[in-house]
Amino acid sequence: MSLKKIFIISASIFLMTTGLKAEAEKECFENVSRGIFKFNKSFDKAILRPIAAGYNKLPDPIKKGTGNFTSNIGTLLTVPNHVMQGNWQLAGESSASFLINSTIGVFGFANPAAKMGLKNQQEDVGQTLGAYGFGAGCYFVLPILGPTTVRDSFGMVADTFVDPFAHVTIRNHELLSISGSDIDYYSVKGAGAIDFRANNMTNLDSLEKNSIDMYAALKSLYLQNMEKKIGNTFSSESEDDWSEFNK
Amino acid sequence: MRKLINSLVFVTFILTSSNSFSYNSDPKIFIDELVNDAIKILSDKNISKANKNKKIEAITLENVDINALGMYTLGSIRKTLDQNSLEKYKILFKKYLLKSLTSRLTDYSEQRFEVISADQKSETYTIVSSKILENSSQPEIKINWRVYTKDPARPLIRDLIVEGLSLAKTQKEEFSSILNSNNNDINILFLKLEKFINN
Repeated sequence: MSLKKIFIISASIFLMTTGLKAEAEKECFENVSRGIFKFNKSFDKAILRPIAAGYNKLPDPIKKGTGNFTSNIGTLLTVPNHVMQGNWQLAGESSASFLINSTIGVFGFANPAAKMGLKNQQEDVGQTLGAYGFGAGCYFVLPILGPTTVRDSFGMVADTFVDPFAHVTIRNHELLSISGSDIDYYSVKGAGAIDFRANNMTNLDSLEKNSIDMYAALKSLYLQNMEKKIGNTFSSESEDDWSEFNK
Repeated sequence: MRKLINSLVFVTFILTSSNSFSYNSDPKIFIDELVNDAIKILSDKNISKANKNKKIEAITLENVDINALGMYTLGSIRKTLDQNSLEKYKILFKKYLLKSLTSRLTDYSEQRFEVISADQKSETYTIVSSKILENSSQPEIKINWRVYTKDPARPLIRDLIVEGLSLAKTQKEEFSSILNSNNNDINILFLKLEKFINN
C-alpha cells in the first residue's frame, strides 16, 4: 500500500473519530497553549520581530517581490484544494495566475495576474476539510507555528502531501523534471513568515498594547478568519449573534 | 489575515473619528460623512494630538452605541449581574473603549475611503459596505459597518467587520476568556480593565 493511500485512510479514520463536531471555541489544553503562546511571544520578540524590522527597512520593490514570490508558490497548494472543493472557476483562475506570474511575472516576483483581475485566494487542506463539513475540533497553539485547531493542524500535515512544491522539495520527488531540497521549502516558508510578520508590525504591536487578554483576542481572530475562508465569504460573523442581542 | 490585522488600526480610528457635527440619518450617507470627516480631522496638521483625542472621544460618545457594545461584549453574564456591578462595568467599559481606540489612533496614516452599498438586514440593523482603497503600501481592505437603526433619525455604529473579522466579537471573546478562566468572577474583569485604564 502506498504512502498516499495510508495517509488518506488514516486521515479519514482520524477525522471521523476525533469528535470534530466540537466547537472550536473549546480549548484542547488551555494552560499548555497559554504557555506555548508565551514562548511564541518570546521567540517573536527575540528573533522574528527583529528580523521583520530589518526586512521592513528593505526597499519596497524587494519586499513586495518577496511577498509576491511566496504567495505565487502558495498557489501550487491552492489549485488542488480548489479542485477538491469543486471550485472549478477559482481553480482555473489560480492556475492562470500561477502561470502568468511565473512567466511574465518573472518567477512570481511580480504579480501581473492581479492586474488582469485574476483572483488568487489561498486555500489549504484545513479549509477543504472545513468545506466538506468537518468541524474545527478544539483549539490549541503550536510552538513557532501559532494558533490552530485539530482539523487545521491535521490539514497542515496533509498540505505537505497535496502541495506540489512540498512534493518536489521535502518529499524528494521529481515533477516535470523539477526537484528541490528541504532548504528550498523551509526558505520559502520562512520568507513568507517574515513577510507576514513585517506587514503586521504596527498592527500586532497595537493589538498587544490594547488587549487585556491577547491570547483570547488572537484566538478569536484566528477562528473568525478560518470560518470566513472556509465559507469563501467576506464575513464570518453571525447575524444571529446580534439578532439575539436585544438591547 | 494580513489585510485583516492591517486594517485594525485604521478602522478603529474611523470608529472614533468624527466631530460634533450631526450626520445624515441614512446609514450609507452617515458612514460616508463620518469617515470623510474623520479623515479630514486626522490629516489636519494644525490640530494637536491632544485635541484630536478630545474630538475623537466626543464623537465616539455621539456616534458609537457604547452602552450596547459594552453589554454585547460582556456576553450572557450580563443577565445575572446585579445592578451595581452592571453600572460599574458600563463606566469601566466606556473608559476602556475610549482609551484603546485613542491609542490605536496614533498609528493611523492617511487613507482613501469609499462607501459601496448598504444592506438593510432588519428594522434595527443595516450593514454598510465600504473599502479602503489600495495604495502602494497596502492592498484594498473591505470593511462592513453594523449600524443600529432602531431610531431611524439617529443611527449608531455597533460593530465593524474588517475583512470578515468582527471587532465586537473579538472583544466579546476576549472578555469571555477572562471570565471563563476565573469562574465568571466579574471583579477579575474589573481589575483587568482598571489596570488597562490606569496604565
